[in-house]
Amino acid sequence: MAYSEKVIDHYNNPRNVGTLNKDSKFVGTGLVGAPECGDVMRLQIEVGEDNVITDAKFKTFGCGSAIASSSLATEWLKGKTIDEALTIDNMDIVEELALPPVKIHCSVLAEDAIKSAINDYRVKNGLEAIVLEKSHH
Amino acid sequence: MKQPIYLDNNATTPLDPRVLEAMLPYFTEKFGNAASRNHAFGWVAEEGVDYAREQVAKLIGCTDKEIIFTSGATEADNLGIKGVFEMYKEKGNHIITAVTEHKAVLDTCKHLEKNGARVTYLGVKEDGLIDLAELEAAMTPETILVCIMYGNNEIGVIQPVKEISAIAHKHGALFMTDATQAVGKIPVDVNADGIDLMAFSAHKMYGPKGVGALYVRRKNPRVKVTSQMDGGGHERGMRSGTLNVPGIVGLGKACELCRLEMESEAIRLSGLRDRLESTLNKMEESYVNGNTQHRLPHVANISFKYVEGEGLMMAMSDLAVSSGSACTSASLEPSYVLKSLGLSDDLAHSSIRYGLGRFTTEEDIDHAIEITQKAVNHLRELSPLWEMFKEGIDLSKIEWAEH
Repeated sequence: MAYSEKVIDHYNNPRNVGTLNKDSKFVGTGLVGAPECGDVMRLQIEVGEDNVITDAKFKTFGCGSAIASSSLATEWLKGKTIDEALTIDNMDIVEELALPPVKIHCSVLAEDAIKSAINDYRVKNGLEAIVLEKSHH
Repeated sequence: MKQPIYLDNNATTPLDPRVLEAMLPYFTEKFGNAASRNHAFGWVAEEGVDYAREQVAKLIGCTDKEIIFTSGATEADNLGIKGVFEMYKEKGNHIITAVTEHKAVLDTCKHLEKNGARVTYLGVKEDGLIDLAELEAAMTPETILVCIMYGNNEIGVIQPVKEISAIAHKHGALFMTDATQAVGKIPVDVNADGIDLMAFSAHKMYGPKGVGALYVRRKNPRVKVTSQMDGGGHERGMRSGTLNVPGIVGLGKACELCRLEMESEAIRLSGLRDRLESTLNKMEESYVNGNTQHRLPHVANISFKYVEGEGLMMAMSDLAVSSGSACTSASLEPSYVLKSLGLSDDLAHSSIRYGLGRFTTEEDIDHAIEITQKAVNHLRELSPLWEMFKEGIDLSKIEWAEH
């Protein structure tokens, strides 16, 4: 199967690979997927004043599309407020990266990682976790 | 464009130029139908087929009358298993096979289960070999066929074929083997090995695609299969259809070359394979899959833990290999062969199969080692699992959100 140019670009030059201090109260961490399924994403956000995401980092175990989806997600997250970040839909990622149907689950995982990171941040800061609608797996 | 290094010779092999040369006249001036008995065009084609039949027979130690040409190993597997089931159904309906077989065998057996067959799928030990005691225990008076592959396509392990056939025969059953990966690579002798039926194909041994053969024993015992393709009664009534003369000539030539070169080639390939494998196995958290004693000379299957196979292959675009990971399949299920060895799903997802071949050079192997090491290291830098492993976190204790 041929990958799109954008997937290859993110794969070869992944943006924002790395680790933020998960114990910091300004950092939210989302760890989703499972090794048995061949996909694990860890996405972290650092939140500054006015709920603006000032930094985002990821590490992903998975195929090229999974790596590209999470790399793209970190790019999109930076500069957005948490509320704006919650509106990122997996289909936006599918469209941007031109993912084929068999790779849609990679984008779903990236969306889950974003939401899970935001919830981690919320809970740490005394806010309620947002109830997530079950995404279409 | 620079060609990637081809290390996927278990999927298919390139055609040897000497094979192509033998085939070419049969596309043009020697185009006749081998079944045309009344003119020279037919005779010339038939002569080519007869010669090829002898070349094939010589490689596996049988007589030319025991070779049925087919379109490939999949058809030969179908013909052998379905043909035996239909021919011997008076005697019984029980077939024994193994979980690590190729889909051409497994799906044929599943098909027969819908038609009244009872099939036992033997598990394998962690090295990929079947347990002979388990086979013995599974044999019943209704068992008509034991079908176990010779060498495995994913991990290369060689089953104890001689012992398996002895058990089958002791209980009055026939023994069939899918020897697609073994014929032409290691010595296979149907008499020494006690084989009654054997499927194999040309394109795994530097011959053309679209042609293969089923060996069907004619003596001690005389084995018969019901034809699965009706028509002109070609191949002694067992497989109708105009013979693929150029393909058959190519299979014959490929068999001859393998027979002459196999011995030195096996030594060369296992040397290269061992160099590749031992170097890569020195990397942290890398594991060789399958038995390393009873193994085809040209295959290595290695898992690089904390790295996903498909992602790894993408980082190795200068290398054509294959992975036990199947991120593209709807089920996301990794290789059933690796899983049946008891490998955890994450290790199965992390596996790469290297299949060396006649045209693999020392330089290719050195390059492949370098590319693999670089890619594994790169992806581990990206892997959250690798980071956690390095921090001493026990990944099995984490509650993963299955998706």
